[in-house]
Amino acid sequence: MKFLLIEDNYDLAQAICARMQLDGHVIDHAGTIADAIAFSDSGEYDLILLDVMLPDGDGRDFLRRHRAGKLTTPIIVLTARSQVSDRISLLDLGADDYVTKPFDHAELEARCRAVLRRNAGTAQTVTRVGNVAFDPVAGVLTVGETAVSLRNKELRLLEVLFNAPGQIFPKQKLVDRLFSYDDDVSENAIEVYIGRLRKHLEGSQLQISTHRGLGYRLDHD
Amino acid sequence: MTEGVRVSGSLRNRLATTLIGGAAVLAILLFFVVRSYAAQIAQQGQDSILGASVTSILDAASVRDGRVEVDFPYASFSMLGTESDDRIFYAIYQDDKLLSGYEGMPAIDPKVGGESSYRTAEFQDTPVRLAAASRMLVGADLRAQLTVSVAQTQDSLSGTLNRISRNVAMFGAGFFLLVVLLAFWATSAAIGPLARLTTSVARRGPQDLRPVTSPVPSEMVPLVTSLNNLMARLDQSLGRSEDFIAEAAHRVRTPLATVRSHAEATLQRVDREENRQAMRSMIRAIDESSRAAGQLLDHAMITFRADHLDRQDLDLVDLVQDLAVRLGPIADMRDVDLQVDAPVAVPITGDAILLQNAIRNIVDNALKYAPRESVVHIAVTTFPSPRVTVRDEGPGFPVGEISGLSGRFTRGSNADGIIGSGLGLTIAQDVAAAHGGALTLGNHPKGGACVIFSF
Repeated sequence: MKFLLIEDNYDLAQAICARMQLDGHVIDHAGTIADAIAFSDSGEYDLILLDVMLPDGDGRDFLRRHRAGKLTTPIIVLTARSQVSDRISLLDLGADDYVTKPFDHAELEARCRAVLRRNAGTAQTVTRVGNVAFDPVAGVLTVGETAVSLRNKELRLLEVLFNAPGQIFPKQKLVDRLFSYDDDVSENAIEVYIGRLRKHLEGSQLQISTHRGLGYRLDHD
Repeated sequence: MTEGVRVSGSLRNRLATTLIGGAAVLAILLFFVVRSYAAQIAQQGQDSILGASVTSILDAASVRDGRVEVDFPYASFSMLGTESDDRIFYAIYQDDKLLSGYEGMPAIDPKVGGESSYRTAEFQDTPVRLAAASRMLVGADLRAQLTVSVAQTQDSLSGTLNRISRNVAMFGAGFFLLVVLLAFWATSAAIGPLARLTTSVARRGPQDLRPVTSPVPSEMVPLVTSLNNLMARLDQSLGRSEDFIAEAAHRVRTPLATVRSHAEATLQRVDREENRQAMRSMIRAIDESSRAAGQLLDHAMITFRADHLDRQDLDLVDLVQDLAVRLGPIADMRDVDLQVDAPVAVPITGDAILLQNAIRNIVDNALKYAPRESVVHIAVTTFPSPRVTVRDEGPGFPVGEISGLSGRFTRGSNADGIIGSGLGLTIAQDVAAAHGGALTLGNHPKGGACVIFSF
C-alpha cells in the first residue's frame, strides 16, 4: 500500500512513517498543504492521512479541494478535536473516517483497512507466494483453490509474517504488533492464532516454523 | 425562563390601561357635555313658549275706561300644555300691584321694551321656570306699567332630560365598550412583533447566533440592532473560545500522539521485561488521559446542549447503522462481530449529535468488555417505545453496583485493566433524560451486560 501522510509535527510524522513501514507500506510525508498538493498531484496513493491543523492552512481546505477535484483517494483525518460535532463536520466534508489524537496504531491500521475495503477495487493488493494468494485488504487467504476469510488478528499476524519472510518474530513482539494496550493479552493468545494460521496454510508451500526460545518464522519450501 | 429578570409592570397592561382609562374619561366627558347641551336646548324650548305665553297675555291687555283690562286668549295657557301635565302659574301686576293670578310668585326683573326675561326659581316647593315681560300701557287718563309673569313646573323637561341622559349614557357605555375592544386589539397588534421576535429568538438552536433578519417595526430597530450586536459579539467570543479549545487540544494532543507513537515504536525494540512494562504503562496513561479529556469535553457539550435540544426528525435505524460502520474497525480489532438487528426505519425526533454520542458510548462500552471473538448485539425496536438495546457476551455488570454505575466517574469493580473515564454511561443517561427517555442497565439471562436506551 502507498500512503500519503500530511502532518506538520515532524516527530509524530516520523513515528507514524516508521510504524507504517514496519507493516510493509510505502509512505510519503508532506508537512504543509502546498507539499501535500504537490505530492498528491504527482503520485497515485491508496490512502491519505490528513492532519487538520497545518502551518499553511486548514486540513479541511485540502479535503474540500480534494473532493471538489473529484479525486477518489480515500482520506482519513487525524484530528486533535475529539468533539462529536467536529467529527461529524469532517465526515460531511468528505473524509472517509477519522482518528482522534493520540491514537492507537492498531486502530489507525484497522480504520485504514476498513476504508480500503469500502473503496475496494482501486488497488491491487494481492500478494502471491507459490500456490498462496494473500489479500490483506479483503482479508482473504487463498491456498490452491480454497479461499478462507481471516479474522482480524489472524490477518494481522499473517500480514506481519508475510512482510518479513525469513525473519524470526518473538511472541512478545507479535503481541505488541497485534494488540492494543488496553487489551490484557497473554503470549499464549499468539499460540492460538499461530495454530489457526498453520491450519489455514495446510497444503501450501508456506509454513510457520517454531524456533524454541526465539519465536516464529514464515518459511517457503 | 424569567428567572433573574426583574419585572416592572407590563407593556401590554400599561398600554391597555392608558387606552381604557382615556376612553372612560372621554365617555364621562361626552355624557356631561351632551347632557348639558341637551338641557340647554330643552330649556330654550320651554323658555320660548313661556315667552310667547307672556307676550300673548301682554298683547291682550288694553286700557278701557281708565282701567286696565286683560282678556287673554285661551291659547296663552294651552300652548304650555305638556304630556306630563305641568302646572302653570301666572301673575299680572299693574305697577307692582297684583291684578290677577297667584300671590307670592318669585320676583323677576323684566327687561324694558317687551322682551321676556327668564329665571329658574322655587315656587310652592317646586322648581319652576319663570318668564316675565312688562309693557307700558298708556290710555287717555292712565299710564300704567303692566308686568306679566308666567311660570311652569319642569316635570316634562326633566322627563325629557332623563330620557336624553339615558340615551347618552347608553351611547357612552357603547362607545366605551367599543374602545375597550379596540384597546385590546391595538395592544395585541402593538405587542405582536415583540412576541414574534421573542419566539424566533427562543426557538433558535444552541449554536444559532445569526442576526435577526425578519422585518420589525421601526420602534424595535434599536432593540433588534443591539440584540444583533450582542449576538455577533457572543458569536465572536464563542468562536474565539472554540478556536482556543481547538488550538489547546491540538497543542496537547499532538505531542501526546508523538509520545505514544514513539513509545509504541520503542516497544518493538526493547527486550527487557521491566522496560516493556514501563512503556506499556506509559501508553496506557496517555490513553487514559486523552480519553478522559475527550469525555469531559463531550460531557460539558452535552450538559450545554441538553438545555437547548436541537430537535430534528431522525431515523434511529440510520443512526445506529451509521454508528456500527464507524465502530466496525474497533470491533474488528478485537475480532468482535457487531450485529445490528433493526426494522426498516424507526422515526424519532431528537438531537442527532447527542444521540450519536450517547449510543456510541454504550456500544463502545460493550466492545470494551466483550470477550475476543464474541458478538455484540444491537437491536432497534419500536415497541413499547423506540429503543436501542445493546448486549455483549462479557462479564456483565457487577450485581449490586448496577444502580450506581451511571453516576459520574463511577466504574464497575470488574473494570480493572480496561481504559475508561467513568463518564460514558453518565453521558448516555443524561442524553436519554434530555429526550424524556431512560437508560436501563441490566444483565442478560444468558450472560453479558444489556443496556437499553429508550425514548
